[in-house]
Amino acid sequence: MADSEVILAPQEAGLQHHFDDSAQQLESSTLGMWVFLVTEVMFFGGMFGAYTVYRNMYPEAFASTSQFMNVTIGAINTSVLIFSSFTMVLAVRSAQLGQKKALIAFLVLTLILGCVFLSLKYVEYHEKWVDHHIPGPGFQYADSRYTHQAQILFYLYFAMTGMHAIHMIVGAGLLTTLIVMAARNRFSSRWYTPVEMIGLYWHFVDIVWIFLFPLLYLIGHTK
Amino acid sequence: MSTTLPFVPAETRTNYLNADYGWKSWLFATDHKRIALLYLFSITAFFFVGGAFAVAMRINLLTPDGIFTHDTYNKLFTMHGIIMVFFFLVPSIPATLGNFLVPMMIGARDLAFPRINLLSWYIYIAGGILTLTAVFQGGVDTGWTFYAPFSSSYSNTHVILAAMGIFVSGFSSILTGLNFIVTIHTMRAPGMTWNRLPLFIWGHYATSLIQVLGTPVIAITMVLLGLERVLHAGIFDPTVGGDPILFQHLFWFYSHPAVYIMILPGMAVISEIVTCFSRKAIFGYNFVAYSSIAIAVFSFIVWGHHLFVSGQSMYASMVFSFFSFLVAIPSAVKVFNWTATMYKGSVSYDTPMLYAFGFMGLFTMGGLTGLFLATMAIDVHVTDTYFVIAHFHYVMVGGMVMAYMGGIHFWFPKISGRLYPEGWAKFAALLVFAGFNLTFFPQFILGYQGMPRRYAHYPPEFQVLNVMSTAGASILALGYLIPMIYLAWAWRYGPKSPQNPWNAKGLEWEQSPTPPPTFNFEHQPVVTEPAYNYSGEEQEVTLG
Repeated sequence: MADSEVILAPQEAGLQHHFDDSAQQLESSTLGMWVFLVTEVMFFGGMFGAYTVYRNMYPEAFASTSQFMNVTIGAINTSVLIFSSFTMVLAVRSAQLGQKKALIAFLVLTLILGCVFLSLKYVEYHEKWVDHHIPGPGFQYADSRYTHQAQILFYLYFAMTGMHAIHMIVGAGLLTTLIVMAARNRFSSRWYTPVEMIGLYWHFVDIVWIFLFPLLYLIGHTK
Repeated sequence: MSTTLPFVPAETRTNYLNADYGWKSWLFATDHKRIALLYLFSITAFFFVGGAFAVAMRINLLTPDGIFTHDTYNKLFTMHGIIMVFFFLVPSIPATLGNFLVPMMIGARDLAFPRINLLSWYIYIAGGILTLTAVFQGGVDTGWTFYAPFSSSYSNTHVILAAMGIFVSGFSSILTGLNFIVTIHTMRAPGMTWNRLPLFIWGHYATSLIQVLGTPVIAITMVLLGLERVLHAGIFDPTVGGDPILFQHLFWFYSHPAVYIMILPGMAVISEIVTCFSRKAIFGYNFVAYSSIAIAVFSFIVWGHHLFVSGQSMYASMVFSFFSFLVAIPSAVKVFNWTATMYKGSVSYDTPMLYAFGFMGLFTMGGLTGLFLATMAIDVHVTDTYFVIAHFHYVMVGGMVMAYMGGIHFWFPKISGRLYPEGWAKFAALLVFAGFNLTFFPQFILGYQGMPRRYAHYPPEFQVLNVMSTAGASILALGYLIPMIYLAWAWRYGPKSPQNPWNAKGLEWEQSPTPPPTFNFEHQPVVTEPAYNYSGEEQEVTLG
């Protein structure tokens, strides 16, 4: 009984037993990924909500923290991520065309850019540590009027960029998996759904950073 | 059961239960029906853990001076709330009956993502272990609401562990919701149009929307709370510029919609039971279907009614109060339409229908007292009293648990392939109804008279009503234990069930053997009639 059902399904690349055909499976995967990204929007949305509330409560204190943010690294990281989105798109395109070597090359390039981002992020976190800008008992702030309020900004800074960095690390792991799968000839121009899905994820994580960079680094630079 | 049963040949057919044996075939199962059973057993375990805390509380409240210390009592109601809300009510119907029935009702072989479905169970168990660890380490005393700054700065119990448990188990809820949404969108059988979907599916679709949109917010709230406990940066601490009300906003942004995660699947079950035991199509299919979606939408704009006395702006409160009243409309649509479905129907009084009657009466009381609480002036009087406790237990226990029990009985033959003893089942259903009302109706009066919630001791004049409540709780506990016993017995020794013991409509009864095979159907089901076509009238066939 169970066996006959399995054989009923046509032997298409990557098709699982409970789908009728590849089109249905692709539609499910795509919808599932977008729904997942919606949950991610809500997840980060909670922190953006908290940021909005406190920025409205303490605009001066928040603006004053900008001078302690490393705008140079932030800007470099922004362009690194935008460029990595571009290489990710090229990877998806290569998968579509069934070009294995180009696929692997672009995936590796995306992974390298992701690692560059994380390394620069580490440098920034280290600076914050040296400057006593880690929220908690050791927190110090140059402008004593704003110590507590600035600490809230730095709390949000670490929560938001930290969550973003965790998503980057997960993304790097996923890219590594894709590279291994590509090297083992798992993808073809007929089936490359994981590349496309992880591409969506990667773009989402990039977009989060596009919002984080101005909100956390640039708010004091209005003059 | 009471009706005469057709003869069932003792054939040994391969079904999902005997397709494979051994612990591996269960712990690595990707069959949605087996995963539903994994959930069923784990959820039942958590139900009894949470129930044990309730029993301890009711024993403490027998006398004005109680038997537990204040600290212990704080932990009892906290652990009762956390376990019942996050580990029983939220997953109860979706993860068990929903998991089992959503693919079958739409004519699919499985959920869209079977491995993610299994993953969600493991995540649930991981979250449960974290929370139970917090219990065994000594518990948490913040209340299930974790209000800051007490939870973030002052409580010296295992808040982080419990928060982690909730954070983790939330992802199980998200994955279940995600799976349902995708499955309902992409895997319906030929002819299963949106307007032919059983209302069970509409209810679960609405539930899934809330799970997907709301749960990530409680996750990040728990992260912020945990970080704040570690860092003491003051984000929720008003003494250093933090805003504790922000925590309440974030918390209720999920936790109010979450109560609709807890009730919508219950309503979904009731729609199936009422039509089957009235032998009639649902009255106003479209209204009932879209009222589920309406409830899901409204659920996200009413959270502020939990903050009427928290210093929220009066004008915000007025808006939230208005929207809270609006929720009554789709909820009432459902109750009216179930009632109208029974009108001139051929109503029979089997156990699932008894639970459905219980649901309709008790949910109506719970819903109407919700309107009292949505009224700002009355809410100020009864905030944080037993009136609130009684209100949400009428909805959660009188509503959701009734529907859960009704659903378990209704689909028990489908799930186990056996029939349960109808006499015992009716007796237990009546016990639950009587015990429930005796437990919680006195709490409305207590609350209106001013007895606050979450206090271990109370003035002596409240004792009579509290003794009534505890007596009711004992009956209620018995009412829950008896089904445990006879269902377990029937699973092994009950008479074999025919394919469709209730003569119910729906793909899961009409086109799938009982118990179902691993891939649910022996032939690709095709739908040619609207849902609940009990009148059997010829319907025009519009395929594709």
